[in-house]
Amino acid sequence: MNNFTEENFSSDGVSLKKKLRRSLFKSKMRAFFLVLPLLAFLAIFFVIPIINLLSQSFLDFRYATLMPGSTQALKDWDGKSFPTEEIAKAMVIDLIQAKKNKTIGKVATRVNRELSGTRSLFTKTARAANKMEAPYMEALIKKDKKWENLKTWQAIKISSMAVTPSYLLAAVDRKYTAEGEIIQQDENRRIHVTLFLRTIEISVIVTLATLLLGYPVAFLMASLPLRTSNLLLILVLLPFWTSLLVRTTAWIAMLQSSGVVNDLLVFLGVTADDARFSLIYNKTGTLIAMTHILLPFMILPIYSVMKTISPSFVMAAKSMGATNWTAFWRVYFPMTIPGVGAGAILVFILAIGYYITPALVGGQDGQMISNIIDFHMRSSLNWNLAAALGLVLLIFILFFFWLYDRFVGIDNMKLG
Amino acid sequence: MKEKREGFVVFENVQKTYDGNELVVKNLNLEIFKGEFLTMLGPSGSGKTTCLMMLAGFESSTHGEIRLGSKPIGNIPPHKRGIGMVFQNYALFPHMSVGENLAFPLEVRKIGKSFREEKIKRVLEIVKMTDFINRRPAQLSGGQQQRIALARSLVFEPELVLMDEPLGALDKQLREHMQYEIKHIHEQLGVTVVYVTHDQSEALTMSDRVAVFNEGVVQQLDTPVNIYEKPLNSFVAQFIGENNKLVGTIIKESKGVVQAKLRNSKQIKGIRVNSGKEGTDALFSIRPERVFLDKKNSESIEAQVLELIYLGDHVRCRMKVADNEDFILKIPNSSQTTSLRVGQKTQVSWRVEDCRALDLAN
Ligand SMILES: Nc1ncnc2c1ncn2[C@@H]1O[C@H](COP(=O)(O)OP(=O)(O)OP(=O)(O)O)[C@@H](O)[C@H]1O
Ligand SMILES: [Mg+2]
Repeated sequence: MNNFTEENFSSDGVSLKKKLRRSLFKSKMRAFFLVLPLLAFLAIFFVIPIINLLSQSFLDFRYATLMPGSTQALKDWDGKSFPTEEIAKAMVIDLIQAKKNKTIGKVATRVNRELSGTRSLFTKTARAANKMEAPYMEALIKKDKKWENLKTWQAIKISSMAVTPSYLLAAVDRKYTAEGEIIQQDENRRIHVTLFLRTIEISVIVTLATLLLGYPVAFLMASLPLRTSNLLLILVLLPFWTSLLVRTTAWIAMLQSSGVVNDLLVFLGVTADDARFSLIYNKTGTLIAMTHILLPFMILPIYSVMKTISPSFVMAAKSMGATNWTAFWRVYFPMTIPGVGAGAILVFILAIGYYITPALVGGQDGQMISNIIDFHMRSSLNWNLAAALGLVLLIFILFFFWLYDRFVGIDNMKLG
Repeated sequence: MKEKREGFVVFENVQKTYDGNELVVKNLNLEIFKGEFLTMLGPSGSGKTTCLMMLAGFESSTHGEIRLGSKPIGNIPPHKRGIGMVFQNYALFPHMSVGENLAFPLEVRKIGKSFREEKIKRVLEIVKMTDFINRRPAQLSGGQQQRIALARSLVFEPELVLMDEPLGALDKQLREHMQYEIKHIHEQLGVTVVYVTHDQSEALTMSDRVAVFNEGVVQQLDTPVNIYEKPLNSFVAQFIGENNKLVGTIIKESKGVVQAKLRNSKQIKGIRVNSGKEGTDALFSIRPERVFLDKKNSESIEAQVLELIYLGDHVRCRMKVADNEDFILKIPNSSQTTSLRVGQKTQVSWRVEDCRALDLAN
């Protein structure tokens, strides 16, 4: 028998593989057209804006476009020697132009981010720039002593770089010097690392708390008869029927110093009337409220996994001589790990980006990284730094996802 | 008479209700002897699993007493009863390998590592699965999982093993094969087995004794031969094997033989089992393979062929006898069968001993 045909051919001579590909292509195209509207929506309103915003964390063309002359002149400056007259001249010309175009405010803001106190220097100098004459360096220094300072020029050089590591470094409390070194931010401006650490700490505590509180509830729901467990399920889902804002505000009423919880503790004699606990507007408040709000996200995946575990596993374990605890710990619990993992990663990722609850009940030490991102988006209008903080947060999340995949496995995850 | 020895497992007046209204198990009295293979057979919902669960300790009886080795076990928790169990879904722990699954009952008994490995090796040899020790349950076929489940219930050497429809998930061929294997392992180890099934041929092939359950009551407890040949009531007769039924009104009864008149006023005789008094209706039951296509036996009656089904080794012939249009004959495949035609009228006959007069339940 000859055995040299590698592919199988159908009666019309077209190879079966090709036919299969053709028919698969058709069904794939149909599926693609069905999801096309959603894909377009996601691309336009989700993916593109995110990429655009995140790119601002390392791209800043503002100084380079508004002050082209000095940008060019500073490019060749080594950052250590005193700037030349040429640089000063380009600077004065740029300042005159910026003043005329009414863009000097933007330029001043940009440089001020690198070295505080330079905003007024720029606006003041620009007002007098069109009357300046050569030698320009002397004219600048005459206007303000700060032009004599090497740090000012270094800050300008850094501002003029379009691709800048400044924001990403600022997001982790570092800064970039004109000499190309990376150094720690000044002591009093180091806030982001603390905030990131606190965000992770709060997220971890909330994840553990929801796990400890949610696991027994899920277990109860999975072991009760269907009617009762459905009732419990409705109770678990009940919070979703009210807005997040309402639930958070309700916690304010509960936890404030004249609130229900403190009243009860005083009534029970746990604390004196004049030494009520401060349970809100601090980290405690954030932890309590977030644990409550994120609890369903822990319960549901665990419940959905437990529901599928036949009671015969535990029975088998017991019939072989395992005590209740051994049967639970060695047999039942390992089988619920996919649900625990899914719940934990869900709660953790939701928690790490949580915003409204810490904003409302967090006070000073209950703020999380999203709150500072919000501050830069809406108050300080430093979108570049906001984007950089967001990017760092995203990297954190991806890192934890990777960790999860290493130790539990993504394909082990069951969400329902 | 010999002194009556008490069974290894004893159910005494055991009752069970789940909802407080309906008794799922009604007054169960059952003795199981050491080394015996006893099968609980019955239709779905007849309370077999419930009995097994009470014995294993996962359900409590609401009345009566269960004794194991003459000790009442009502207050002993399941893990201290030392009873091996095989479940219908096998309940192999998916996150443990075969070896770890088998080690589990030994570990919780704090048996040392070397002794443990020895026992695991031995039990794997018994079920012929030595090469699979490092596999996960998900990497085994249904039949292989079944063997491991069996091995796991035996590895800690319990004196009693309970099996709840252990072969229910297997296909017919594999099921039959495993029936023999379980039977052989039972003989080899001498362990007491309580086996639950609703497959009657399984019960007949495997068991020393069969307890036929219906509606929470043991209808008959006997050897497979007697269960098949001498059913004690119409439920057992109808549940086990095939069965031809003729209903007649009792005319008279003498020396254990009942005489009755069928609906077409033809007279019929049968052995009295649990039929009623004169004048009441009785069910006469004859196995298809005990009815012959001739007049040679004592009881002979006219019949008409309605349908012939060719089954290779035999021909299944559906006939009308009296007013029963479902009267079945199994005619061995021989030259004689070819002469039979649908619509043909003929005589069929059987021996009186093969016709049993039973109660007419519903
Ligand atoms: N946990 C329970 N709660 C309430 N009723 C139950 C429970 N378990 C069983 N029953 C009822 O008890 C009766 C007997 O059930 P059991 O499981 O013992 O039947 P079975 O003989 O094993 O049937 P099958 O052959 O289908 O397995 C059934 O009517 C069933 O509905
Ligand atoms: Mg059952």
